[in-house]
Amino acid sequence: MAETFDIPTGYAELTPDSANSAGDKTIGNFTINFGPQHPAAHGVLRMVMELDGEIIERVDPHVGLLHRGTEKLIEYKTYLQALPYFDRLDYCSPLGMEHSYVLAVEKLLDLEVPLRAQYLRVLFAELTRICNHMLNIGAHVMDVGAMTPNLWVFELREDCLNFFERASGARMHSAWFRPGGVHQDVPLKLLTDIGEWCETRLPKLFGDAMSLVVDNRIFKQRNVDIATVSKADALAWGFSGPMIRGSGIAWDLRKSQPYDAYARVDFDVPVGTRGDCYDRFMVRVEEVYQSARIIKQCLNDMPEGPVASLDRKVVPPKRGEMKMSMEALIHHFKLYTEGFHVPAGEVYVATESPKGEFGVYLVSDGSNKPYRCKIRPTAFSHLQAMDFMAKGHMLADVTAILGAMDIVFGECDR
Amino acid sequence: MAHNAPAICHPDGLTQRISKALGKQLLALREAHDELHIIVARTSIADVLMQLRDDFAYQQLMEIAGADYPERAERFDIAYCLLSVTANHRLTVHVTTDADHAVPSVCAVYPSAGWLEREVFDLYGVIFDGHGDLRRILTDYGFAGHPLRKDFPLTGYVELRYSEAEKRVVYEPVSLAQDFRSFDFMSPWEGAQYVLPGDEKAPVPPAPPAPAPQAPPPAADKPAKAARPKSAAKPKAAKPAAKKTKG
Repeated sequence: MAETFDIPTGYAELTPDSANSAGDKTIGNFTINFGPQHPAAHGVLRMVMELDGEIIERVDPHVGLLHRGTEKLIEYKTYLQALPYFDRLDYCSPLGMEHSYVLAVEKLLDLEVPLRAQYLRVLFAELTRICNHMLNIGAHVMDVGAMTPNLWVFELREDCLNFFERASGARMHSAWFRPGGVHQDVPLKLLTDIGEWCETRLPKLFGDAMSLVVDNRIFKQRNVDIATVSKADALAWGFSGPMIRGSGIAWDLRKSQPYDAYARVDFDVPVGTRGDCYDRFMVRVEEVYQSARIIKQCLNDMPEGPVASLDRKVVPPKRGEMKMSMEALIHHFKLYTEGFHVPAGEVYVATESPKGEFGVYLVSDGSNKPYRCKIRPTAFSHLQAMDFMAKGHMLADVTAILGAMDIVFGECDR
Repeated sequence: MAHNAPAICHPDGLTQRISKALGKQLLALREAHDELHIIVARTSIADVLMQLRDDFAYQQLMEIAGADYPERAERFDIAYCLLSVTANHRLTVHVTTDADHAVPSVCAVYPSAGWLEREVFDLYGVIFDGHGDLRRILTDYGFAGHPLRKDFPLTGYVELRYSEAEKRVVYEPVSLAQDFRSFDFMSPWEGAQYVLPGDEKAPVPPAPPAPAPQAPPPAADKPAKAARPKSAAKPKAAKPAAKKTKG
């Protein structure tokens, strides 16, 4: 009895096309699907790849499988209700996403933020950067075959998430940055714990993990000279963050267009020399140490004072104040129902998120809801360059290229 | 300037140089919130961006943002956010268009425009002329409509689920368990431009003119005022009398 097999469509779909005959054998390019359910695709990425043997001829990334209509939803929410959507964009570095949004709202309102709140935001934005890089570095080394460092750096990521929980009550979706400052002050013990962690646990554990990787022969074979991007290409394709710095352009929005307290702290911008995957990896490794340096300065320099603007037309009062003051009660009610009105205008505000330039193009019509909120994800322009970066490389290099790009689909697809 | 958003310094005389270089292609120039926006003619967008890239060193196109203003003659506004890493400056270039008029593609100027234009096409339905690969990018395979247009409902038109009977994902029209509710918390004292629900049933007559202030009665009339209740009581007394005659 003859058996028939159905070839499953999806992950391992193989279709020969453009058949050329050489002698008796038929040689043709293969078109395969990489993803959308692939552990090294870092989410729901489907890449249609045309292969000549194991050499990549063409890559066509299909994104949008995680599209949730965030921008449309934000148009139906007040400015404060729109904030938690930003946590859910790049869920690996939520506070970095919130940062751009609150700065855009403050720019339209022309609202001043107290110095303590600025330092707190910078402190937690840098903690977010460490948190994000721990995930990316760990995932990158695991994609190219190393297991141990990932397990070690995930302990550090867990520490960061615990710090977020102690500050905001939520491990990932903090919603802690608010227009006008931050939601609530942090306990002193948390600050001392972060300082101690930066001095002892972070450099030790991270240093140990990286000592296994950075000089490792296999790791270098998988990353050095893979997907080399020149300075001109990095500019033309709209790269930002560690991707553009890996190509040797010292461009960091924290330095060049400082926001919040970044103008008051001292740090270095690491750059790559060759523009390959190894350089992008090493830029992130150095950024972790620089972030720890910024955190220590923030802890030393942070003044006492309010953690949010005292403008009661924007920032709601605290519960204790509401028990004593009728006016505070009215403000609280109005701000949590109607919300605050933002003067008409449009701004484009971009900050240096852990993955690159994360921008918010915010249009206000003077009402209590954004008229248009365009989110500029970092992954969009990076993933777009996948075709030219992967061309001519082997199939196995795709995971290294993707790992060094640092892509999260919550942000890419919105 | 009180806010702490990223600081952008405008180079001296930049607006004059830009308006001189672009000439007739430049339709308007505005500076607001420390940002420079220029509005250019739709047909010349590729030339303008080429000029800005080569002569003004805006090396990067970071973003193309669409926006929908249905009340305008050309309803779509497309903003190209440029960045110069050498001059450390940002510039936003706007064009307007509608669903029928194509915008020249700028892929030849900035390769990063490829996906950004696909996104604007997907979400707004703006056609980019000369793009070469203008497919949908964010929405589902086979999606119909352009979801970020203001006339597209928030809930969309179709929803999908896995059908156990058909063993596949099926699309069905959206059915809402309760009506879509859009609460309006805007203060009625601050420019609510609508009729409150229920008010449309009673067409409001034009408000009577404010009553002229009455002259204070002279002091001599006081006895007359006291007599008023008496006169008011008179018709009341007459009413029962009328009933009686009926019965």
